[in-house]
Amino acid sequence: MTEELISFASKQDMLGKSKQFWNPDKTQFWQDAGVPLVIDRREGYYIYDVDGKRLIDTHLNGGTYNLGHRNAEVVAAVTAAMQRFDIGNHHFPSLARTALAEALIKTAPGPAESPPKGGPGGSGGAGSPPRSRGGPGGIAPSGPALLAKVMYGSGGGEAIDIALKSARHATGKRKIVSIAKAYHGHTGLAVATGDERFATLFLADRPDEFTHVPFNDLAAMEDALRGRDVAAVIMETIPATYGFPLPAPGYLAEVKRLCERYGALYIADEVQTGLMRTGELWAISKHGVAPDILVSGKGISGGLYPISVVLASEQASGWLSEDGFAHMSTFGGAELGCVAALKTLEISTRPEVRSAVHYIAATFTEGLARIQRRFPDWFTGIRQDGLVMGLEFGHPEGAKPVMKRLYENGVWAIFSTLDPRVLQYKPGLLLTPDLCEELLERTEVAIGLARDDLAGRKNR
Amino acid sequence: MTAAITVPELLTEPAGIPRARSMLARAEWAARQFSRYDKPAVDAIVRAAAEAGAAKAREYADWAVRETGFGVAEHKVLKNIACSTGLAGHYAGHDYVTPRIDRDAKIVEVPRPAGVVLALTPSTNPVATVFFKCLLALMTRSVVVLSPHPLARECCADAARTLAAAAVAAGAPDGVIQVVDEPSVPLIEALMSDERTSVIVATGGVPVVRAAYSSGNPAIGVGPGNVPVLVDATADLAAAARRIVDSKSFDNSVLCTNESVLIAQESISAELIRQLKRAGAYLLGPAERDRVAGLLFPAGRFDIRFVGQDATKIAAEAGVRVPRGTPILLAPFAQVVPEEPLAHEKLCPVLGLVTVPDARRGIDAARAVLRITGRGHSAAIHSQDPATIMEYGAAVDVLRVSVNVGNSLGSAGLETGLAPTMTIGTGFFGRSSVGENLHPGHLVQWTRLAYNSDPAEPFGDFTGLSPWAAPAGPASGSTVSGSTVSGSTVSGSTVPPYPVASNQRGAAPDVTANGHRGPGTGTQGRSGYSSRQPQAAPDVSALRDEIRRMVIEELAQLTGRPGGSR
Repeated sequence: MTEELISFASKQDMLGKSKQFWNPDKTQFWQDAGVPLVIDRREGYYIYDVDGKRLIDTHLNGGTYNLGHRNAEVVAAVTAAMQRFDIGNHHFPSLARTALAEALIKTAPGPAESPPKGGPGGSGGAGSPPRSRGGPGGIAPSGPALLAKVMYGSGGGEAIDIALKSARHATGKRKIVSIAKAYHGHTGLAVATGDERFATLFLADRPDEFTHVPFNDLAAMEDALRGRDVAAVIMETIPATYGFPLPAPGYLAEVKRLCERYGALYIADEVQTGLMRTGELWAISKHGVAPDILVSGKGISGGLYPISVVLASEQASGWLSEDGFAHMSTFGGAELGCVAALKTLEISTRPEVRSAVHYIAATFTEGLARIQRRFPDWFTGIRQDGLVMGLEFGHPEGAKPVMKRLYENGVWAIFSTLDPRVLQYKPGLLLTPDLCEELLERTEVAIGLARDDLAGRKNR
Repeated sequence: MTAAITVPELLTEPAGIPRARSMLARAEWAARQFSRYDKPAVDAIVRAAAEAGAAKAREYADWAVRETGFGVAEHKVLKNIACSTGLAGHYAGHDYVTPRIDRDAKIVEVPRPAGVVLALTPSTNPVATVFFKCLLALMTRSVVVLSPHPLARECCADAARTLAAAAVAAGAPDGVIQVVDEPSVPLIEALMSDERTSVIVATGGVPVVRAAYSSGNPAIGVGPGNVPVLVDATADLAAAARRIVDSKSFDNSVLCTNESVLIAQESISAELIRQLKRAGAYLLGPAERDRVAGLLFPAGRFDIRFVGQDATKIAAEAGVRVPRGTPILLAPFAQVVPEEPLAHEKLCPVLGLVTVPDARRGIDAARAVLRITGRGHSAAIHSQDPATIMEYGAAVDVLRVSVNVGNSLGSAGLETGLAPTMTIGTGFFGRSSVGENLHPGHLVQWTRLAYNSDPAEPFGDFTGLSPWAAPAGPASGSTVSGSTVSGSTVSGSTVPPYPVASNQRGAAPDVTANGHRGPGTGTQGRSGYSSRQPQAAPDVSALRDEIRRMVIEELAQLTGRPGGSR
């Protein structure tokens, strides 16, 4: 009997046990889809299958690995933290939770600003010292306004639940409006806001309290709010699992105005779009919207320690002053996670990193457009905001063969569950120019092969 | 209750290093963009940066003297202008961008930039060196990460940012010039050894230059100077004296090219000294000389407190009474040997003085000066005899000799035909990889397209072919054809462009959000999608299932799995 904690006779053996003890349907799905991936080592933007196959991670688990796998600086910070801290005691005020809360609120100060059009470095090009009230990395404030308090969870769904509960308490109303085909996680309240695919199976849908309206449809949104019985509208700034359809110009700002008119709060789900992925720290600020509540998760963990955060205005977080124990979470805001988040925030807000993100975005704008010109009837659309990209293909499930061919060609990217025409394409924030070039070349090959697959042609 | 609370172990690296690495990442991007700019775009950028620097020449001269505590502001103004608009003007006719065609050799030479230049700048010529290195980089489409000497870090950082802002406003890519605000030894070492640094250009003391060469990255370093200046019997003594005094007092001797030891031929030494005094020099008596030597070299090593200090201040501290405004002190000594401190480099306006019987012995004395230190650097001679001058140049182990001109500005190329520079390559004599005055060509690499020499194989016609372009505007990828740009961005855009969402880039709306726009909803704006909006029509689920079955069957065929059911 081995003392090793993890040990399998072979990949096949492991997969068999995965089906036996973990999730048979999910395990089998990937075999069928041509992506038989079991991730072993991972570093930077490379992940390695147990068999040694190297992949460039362009899925990043929705941005969890924005800064790469096992980012050296985050690893060092968490390792050092482990010499002193642990999960902590959620009942008490804590050094790490307070420090992170302060740092987060500093990224969202002042009154609402119009969408920033500043230079890529945020400060004129030479990495100048931070302006006043900058965040930990010193970037000039680009965040939404009025956010004053931070609440903690360990996962995104939990954070969404906290946000919804806070909004209900603040408004005294129950109804929640969300977008059809949205995705906000799988916890109790969050799963009811998302697509029914994740709710009805568990009898967790609640149509009496949770209304869904089509994305980019202001008439439907206003209809849903008209009764003045809605506590909050919750919106992914760009719905991810739905394939990153982009909000129409002015749409989100108008939703916010409708919320104000009908007495509902605006909750911005920035779990995938946040943390500089769109070229600003919070994507919602590019739309000139000051949300009442902002949720972040995934990437804020630095890819190393689960943590999620809810930034809320004084109005939206009133319960913190009335009954601070009303919501609790033993693992929420774990101190080790706070350290990971502090370091992640510091890195993400460096002017140098913001500049690099702008460069990478421009590189992919140009590179993907070039690929699209080669396959105009197959590669039918590019939805892009910074490093949030949805690649649209001319077939209702077109992203699946593309995903498969990408996998074979050393790139891991996932299709959008709720719209399988679209491939989620999320390059990392710290990619080098060389790796971007390589990624584009591999992508071009895979797209061509996938098209040939569906056209039924044999490949050379 | 009131004690500060810190968690210092979370700072896992010396402060500033992680951010410095981020600077290199940004520099890599800037370098890649910049490397494809064409000559008109580069010229506009160089011009804008040079003018922005020159406009602040006085401000930075004063700031440098204030911050470092030494030097002469008037002279720093001259250097700042020489290294900004002066430099740009000097190289205006040079082209480090356009491919060159050599029809005789059947070779096309394509200039490629060095890439990411890690530039270390000194405390002696702080802003002038910042200007100098930044402009050299801009001329060659390289990018710079500057690490200034801690003594001058504030004025240098500001100067770098002034140039950066001007360059970017003129179309240079973001990050073209960056500066480390808090330089430290660990930070500099981290930058030096980083893979993303293409070349280190190290102007500074011996330790930092040695570190650069040991870093594993390509490096260009300087060596120290110890300038001998020989005046023989044929020299125009009045002119020589004036030039020597002016040169030695220029910026209070902080340029490494400043004269260290005056070697005078006996037959004219008395007259020369008279002329030096006429030019303001004060000749130290033996006791005075001893006091000055003891003050400057307390334990046998030069006390850096005296770098760039006025001659009058040094005299006062040594208890020597000199007239007000005395520019330099003359310190005679007997023999050029290492144990004689006054034969060593003195970065202050104290000039050593020895006499020699003839020019031949003068050359020997110059060699002796360089045996102490300063090999490869520079020397000066005042003479009208070409044979002596040639002999001097052939025998003295330096790579530049100022003839009948002060060495400070002469060897730096500001008063001679040498390349104007703030970085003196001391060559193999001085353990440096470069043996010339640093000039833009040192930051250019060439890709040579070499045709078959066989005359039967024709050389291609490359006239008018240029692989480079002006930086493109944001949405269209269009270039500004052939125009030069002065002072403003090409088509008003930045490089990189701001990441505007793809449905807001000002393209004509190709597809509307069908059926989802209700009446009377107020302004909704164009949807302007580059792709079709997904339909959510009610009866599509059956169709979707059918398609899903079809796709799964196809995938099953491709993967060889029968059925392929989930």
